Amino acid sequence: MVQVTLFGSIRAHADGRAKVEVEARNFKELLDRLVEQYPGMKPQIDRGVSVAIDGLVYKEAWFAPIKPDSEVVLLPYMQGG
Amino acid sequence: MKTIQVATTINGDATEFVCAPDESLLDVLRNRLGLTGAKEGCGTGDCGACTVTLDGRMVCSCLVLGAEVEGSTITTIEGMSTGDALHPLQQAFIDHAALQCGICTPGILVAAKALLDRNPDPTDTELRYWLAGNLCRCTGYDKIIAAVQDAAAKMRTA
Amino acid sequence: MMDTGVSKRKFKQVGTRPARPDGVDKVKGRAMYGADMTAPGMLTGRILRSPHAHAEIVSIDVSEAVALTGVKAVVTGADLVAQDDIAMRDIQINVLATDKVLYDGHAVAAVAAVNADVARAALKLIKVTYRALPHVTDVDAAMAPDAPVVQAGRSLETVPAGMSANVTNQCEFGHGNLDAGFARADLVIERSFTTAATHQGYIEPHACLASMTSDGKAEVWCCTQGHFNVRSICAPLLGIEASQLRVTASEIGGGFGGKTAVFIEPVALALSRKSGRPVKIVMTRDEVFKATGPTVATSMDVKIGMTKDGRITAGDATLRYSGGAFPCGTVEMGAQSAFAAYDLEAVRTLGWNVLTNRPKEAAYRAPGAPQAIYAVESVIDELCQKLNLDPLDVRIKNAATKGTLSSYGPTFDDIGLMATLEAAKNHPHYSAPLGKNQGRGLSAGFWFNFGGNTSVSLTVNTDGTVSVSEGNPDIGGSRASISLMAAEELGIGYDKVRTIIADTASLGHNDNTDGSRVTFAVGLATIHAARDVIKKMCGRAARMWDIDEDAVTWVDGAAVPAGDNAGKFPPMTLAEIAATSLQTGGPLAGHHEFTADGAGVSFGVHLCDIEVDPETGHTSVLRYTVFQDAGKAVHPDYVEGQMQGGAVQGIGWALNEEYIYGRDGRLQNAGFLDYRIPVASDLPKIDTVILEIPNPGHPYGVRGVGETPIVPPLAAVSNAVARAIGMRMTSLPMSPPRILKALSGG
Ligand code: FES
Ligand code: FES
Repeated sequence: MVQVTLFGSIRAHADGRAKVEVEARNFKELLDRLVEQYPGMKPQIDRGVSVAIDGLVYKEAWFAPIKPDSEVVLLPYMQGG
Repeated sequence: MKTIQVATTINGDATEFVCAPDESLLDVLRNRLGLTGAKEGCGTGDCGACTVTLDGRMVCSCLVLGAEVEGSTITTIEGMSTGDALHPLQQAFIDHAALQCGICTPGILVAAKALLDRNPDPTDTELRYWLAGNLCRCTGYDKIIAAVQDAAAKMRTA
Repeated sequence: MMDTGVSKRKFKQVGTRPARPDGVDKVKGRAMYGADMTAPGMLTGRILRSPHAHAEIVSIDVSEAVALTGVKAVVTGADLVAQDDIAMRDIQINVLATDKVLYDGHAVAAVAAVNADVARAALKLIKVTYRALPHVTDVDAAMAPDAPVVQAGRSLETVPAGMSANVTNQCEFGHGNLDAGFARADLVIERSFTTAATHQGYIEPHACLASMTSDGKAEVWCCTQGHFNVRSICAPLLGIEASQLRVTASEIGGGFGGKTAVFIEPVALALSRKSGRPVKIVMTRDEVFKATGPTVATSMDVKIGMTKDGRITAGDATLRYSGGAFPCGTVEMGAQSAFAAYDLEAVRTLGWNVLTNRPKEAAYRAPGAPQAIYAVESVIDELCQKLNLDPLDVRIKNAATKGTLSSYGPTFDDIGLMATLEAAKNHPHYSAPLGKNQGRGLSAGFWFNFGGNTSVSLTVNTDGTVSVSEGNPDIGGSRASISLMAAEELGIGYDKVRTIIADTASLGHNDNTDGSRVTFAVGLATIHAARDVIKKMCGRAARMWDIDEDAVTWVDGAAVPAGDNAGKFPPMTLAEIAATSLQTGGPLAGHHEFTADGAGVSFGVHLCDIEVDPETGHTSVLRYTVFQDAGKAVHPDYVEGQMQGGAVQGIGWALNEEYIYGRDGRLQNAGFLDYRIPVASDLPKIDTVILEIPNPGHPYGVRGVGETPIVPPLAAVSNAVARAIGMRMTSLPMSPPRILKALSGG
């Protein structure tokens, strides 16, 4: 199980919780489990999200590995200039 | 519209062209003569990217009509160096990383040379005011000032 | 895998300042930018734009224009393929409007003609019947429940019921108990701020040359921050496959985010297909201002609590950003960056994006961050003033460090904020005396930095030189940095390497040159591509020596036996291996394709001295110093250049630059005369101090540097003005009339 910190505006779809737990070994599994467990997150996840794993931001890499003790933070999809 | 025939000297070469009465010198240089070193950043005299010298005077070529330059002598960035040797200003711009994107560079080089031809030892303030008509969005001007001063110093001792 | 011990690495090439490979062409006026390319038989394309801020297009009659001698094609929105994907559809209708025009300058139709005069005349013959609609250009006005609706049905599920239909998304970040935090404060200040929309202001207008045949084969030459993105967008809009469209990036005359968007390329392609001839479109400056993306306009409320000794107890920010007539996620970036520099127990940011009748926002250097951080840093500065605290000490006291839970969620790894703050504190600038009407301001700044999709190919030529092909247009000297990293990794001279920007057919997809990603991500791909070819070269040496491949390593530009057991052979240099490569197994090349995620965040601190002329309200910048963590400065000249250029753009934003709309919803200052960007005589020297706190996510420790420098100037200048005039300005830009008004008590 990994603990995922949710950003404020997506918490509504997890009964207001700031942290949820899912079984995931990488970014893709994380997204799949979140959509399964919290279907309300699907529109946001389909539009795109980033994830910070142990402080580093990943925007696309589905197979970015997540360790059970990794710090995992879900973020909106980010873009630079 | 009837075109006008014009005879000039550009970068030392006798050059004849035809242009429309309302066609800018910048368009003539770029579109008729293949001299694309002068850039169009605005077309209204506000950015200096199109700077050339006309009879030794620095002008925005977007504000000069092609038809006006009959009998004149024009120098563009393409005429700044001879053969494979760079002008000291050009070398200094490379050495000091005075260009990032480089779109402003031709105009700034022509303008800087026009200043050094008149005043070989400008202060930073004089230089900054002289170049105030040449916009650069990338560099913050710092390295441009340093490059021109370095070139000026080298040209004084040359 | 990444190397460890990044900071211990001794570099031979990285960190030096060699001449850039494109320098001579650029100082001689020979470099080919977007508008410099021509093709035989080329036509001139021009675009007809809406004079209305908001109107329904009732009809478009192009018959007279088509009939004009010299006109070869006319296109309208109907000539592009309607898109299903909503983000693509926004681009489609922004490129050429269909049912409605959404802002002054929105493209409606285009012509291709034998020359510009005929094209201009043809535009006048296109008859568009509009039905004007009520418009709104102000962020706060657009938030009102009864505001004119720019586009209906665009609110995401994140927006609570009851808000204006112009609110497209809501986002929220933070942690901790705000009420408890504010209760612990000795002083709480709450202020509202606005910032004007500003334009990236690149000196080169958008330009492209497109050629498309009736069988769907197409070529585009254009100035862009991402030619792969141009392909991804143009191909579906023209209904062709990616393989049939080759896009080549010209030299680019500045972008700063603004050239990540696509405007004219699909139009030129459609005109070319219809006319059967190549078509060139070059925007005028007026078009650049009216129809390409400025940054967001904002309205913000910030509330911060602080103890008497300068500890921030809570921070709360509400951001209202408008990205123009289309939904825009920039507010999310602002909301995440707002408090990122600080280690806070209780923090919350709430953001909304609001539709207005303005052009579609395009990214501008650290999009969203400068505005929010301006508001936060202004309130912190005011707290320092009121509590009589040193503003730099307060920032040091609250600074985020390794292990800090950031305001946007993740815990920071190694970051350079404390080092930059301390460098600022110890710099002579901070203690230099100030005169009358003068003030000193400072601000911290933050940006995420990104990696992204990257593909690099590297060949070792038989003469012992190396060619690197990468896919990211070089805006600020990146080819030099990439060559440096290739040379470093291969152990050869910088002069032996040449890096070029390959077209879309020659490499896998590359993301845009944005997010400060190129030196980081392309550099990383180049290092990996070099390692790939090193492995192959070691293999060739092993064959020559007739030893095991694993028994060969690469040291200082040569293959050497890994140890005494491997055998005794003199080093075999890259040049020697290359010379026989065609006999030892064929051409030598390495490549690397990946998603370079894991870029390290970047912090900067700016110090600024200004003087306000009480007679005119004019602010002069007297002294300016930029402190920034670059991780590792690959080519320090271009790192300094990014720091100086970004700072000056921020100074322009703080003091002068703004989009001004009239009551008619039309842009009133679409030119460099009235939209005044800083000129040389406005500025002092911009001093730079580069700190190098290695990024653990990069083998050389590199961090992106391009965007962070535009973040701190807004507040640094504003805080300096506040201290000079004894009054706090809460609207940017602080143009002379605004300062005069404040001084006269208005
Ligand atoms: S193009 Fe002539 S001044 Fe800008
Ligand atoms: S170097 Fe880009 S505008 Fe000057």
